[in-house]
Amino acid sequence: MYQYDTYDQEMVDARVAEFRDQVARRIAGEITEDQFKPLRLKNGLYLQLHAYMLRVAVPYGTLSSAQMRMLGDIADKYDRGYGHFTTRQNIQYNWIKLEDAPDILADLASVEMHAIQTSGNCIRNTTSDQYAGAAADEIVDPRPYAELLRQWSTFHPEFDYLPRKFKIAIIASETDRAAMKLHDIGIQLVKNEAGEIGCKFFVGGGMGRTPMIAPVINPFVPPLQMISYLEACLRVYNRYGRRDNKYKARIKILVHEIGADEYRRQVDEEFAHILTLGLEPPQAELERIKGFFANPGFETGLSDEIDRSDPDFAVWVDQNVAAHKQPGYAIATIALKPVGGIPGDASADQIRLMADLAKELSFDELRVTHAQNIVLPHVRKADLYTLWQRLDAAGLANANLDLISDIIACPGLDYCSLANARSIPVAQKISERFADLGRQRELGEIKLKISGCINACGHHHAGHIGILGVDRKGTENYQLLFGGSEGADTSLATIIGPGFSEDGVVDAIEKATDVYLAQRADGERFLDTYRRIGTAPFKEAIYG
Amino acid sequence: MVEDCLRYRNDDPVTDPAVTVDSFADQTNATAVRIEPGDDARALLPHLSRIALVEVNFPTYGDGRGYSAARILREHGYAGELRAVGDVLLDQLSHMRRCGFDSFAPAHPITAEAADKAFATWPDVYQKTVDGRAPIWAKRHG
Repeated sequence: MYQYDTYDQEMVDARVAEFRDQVARRIAGEITEDQFKPLRLKNGLYLQLHAYMLRVAVPYGTLSSAQMRMLGDIADKYDRGYGHFTTRQNIQYNWIKLEDAPDILADLASVEMHAIQTSGNCIRNTTSDQYAGAAADEIVDPRPYAELLRQWSTFHPEFDYLPRKFKIAIIASETDRAAMKLHDIGIQLVKNEAGEIGCKFFVGGGMGRTPMIAPVINPFVPPLQMISYLEACLRVYNRYGRRDNKYKARIKILVHEIGADEYRRQVDEEFAHILTLGLEPPQAELERIKGFFANPGFETGLSDEIDRSDPDFAVWVDQNVAAHKQPGYAIATIALKPVGGIPGDASADQIRLMADLAKELSFDELRVTHAQNIVLPHVRKADLYTLWQRLDAAGLANANLDLISDIIACPGLDYCSLANARSIPVAQKISERFADLGRQRELGEIKLKISGCINACGHHHAGHIGILGVDRKGTENYQLLFGGSEGADTSLATIIGPGFSEDGVVDAIEKATDVYLAQRADGERFLDTYRRIGTAPFKEAIYG
Repeated sequence: MVEDCLRYRNDDPVTDPAVTVDSFADQTNATAVRIEPGDDARALLPHLSRIALVEVNFPTYGDGRGYSAARILREHGYAGELRAVGDVLLDQLSHMRRCGFDSFAPAHPITAEAADKAFATWPDVYQKTVDGRAPIWAKRHG
């Protein structure tokens, strides 16, 4: 994986010093909270319901074991002994003291990490495919391009006060594991007929109040023009994105209002100008970065056999292990979704254990997924049983990847100052209702996503089953949506009818799964059956 | 006015009042113009040779359109004074400088010492812009 050189390290160190100075000025009263707010936000520090929350960037979701260990140590030293992995492949700490924040950033900088631009109206941390560099189906490793993006977007002087936040995802497989089309900019690395790699640009997607699937704005930008094209996309947005209403300020509204064709025309005009300026890092820089992402020394001639004699292990393998590009290896997902647990939470001890396992069994690497799980990308198949046993002993062998209890949930009203309703208790109740793993496996793949307000941090628009918490006359009320997807077949979920109480929504979901079991055709997932038969049978069962 | 202005140029300050972008094209003797966030900086491109001062107004610090306006002017060869005015905060100075501003008239004055410290925040830069600094990628492969 990428390692900082002295330039990268100096930039992060400078940021720590800058923020230390800003915090000191704030504590001394030299700047007002109003003036301090955008500064702390650009370092990922939010003021939530009960305390400061610090969001730490995990660039394109990739971590070394030393970095993961530090995340565990920070949870112990500055928080309450746990951290929360997020839908943007980051980690958040919920109980931070302002005066500790500069020290935390300094600890992070010691392992080449930071919280730069994890909030604020700027370019946020770039996300990617959690299987990058390991997936059997990728055409190229997207991470070198993501790292190029990280450096370009870090302290970009022109795009630090955009109309609204800006999220970029980059992938390189047809199978979209990063919800790429639901980002402000999604880049898919593709191959043209000549076999050359290019960037397919999707611009103007997003969730939030007005969910939109990004249209293709350019089907093929050469990799050595990627940064220039991004500059053009961002400049048009910075100049013409709406600033009169924060709820209409995302780029998706601009692209929607002027139309994809007009947006493309304006970008092309800007792009032609920007290409004359020579802003693009050279091929040699891309090659330098690629060098860090070379194969980590896979052994050859390993067996693909897995001893499945332990039935619990066999279930975990079937559910949580994915195909690796290298024979004899596998990709293992550690689902942070125990029955009755908080989706995405891990204790400091669990974080450190995952770090150890990565060091011993996965070439020192981990990934955070947007579904709030952790991946060990390069595990020898012969080591899977050892891995599973050690995970099991720590309560981390949940064999529920992509099942109904593998829930994405935002922090909700338990933590978040924007939320209208709690998300975590609903997730806990659903996982308890469907606690029986055999039953979950019978139901097959169901992506269930919960947001505690219309800002949709819990991706409810993209859920096969989505839940949106709202406030109805002072009472938490939960709307139920079906039919969303974030994959290559991206679709937006629709509300099926009147909302429910916390317990009512769990009952309604159970009824919906009964409809699916009764109606499904061979090989159909819940989503497929829903798309085929429509809402009527579900509504009848739920409201009839 | 100029006393409250941080200036990083060697020429004499322009004393002409700045006119709006709309009226600038008709006032052929005007040498100073003021850009509001909604103005298109490109409207000035045909007139760059007779402009000595462009003021870019930031009514609120969070409105970042002026950063693009500044860069566009510099990218097209504007060499006169480019002044950020209005709600310009200390922690924004270094990015503004990178976008081509070379003078600052903040609504709440900033000392020259504090500004110098702000400009020195970043030992290096990742992007090539209009300030002439070599980006890190160029130094790596220099």
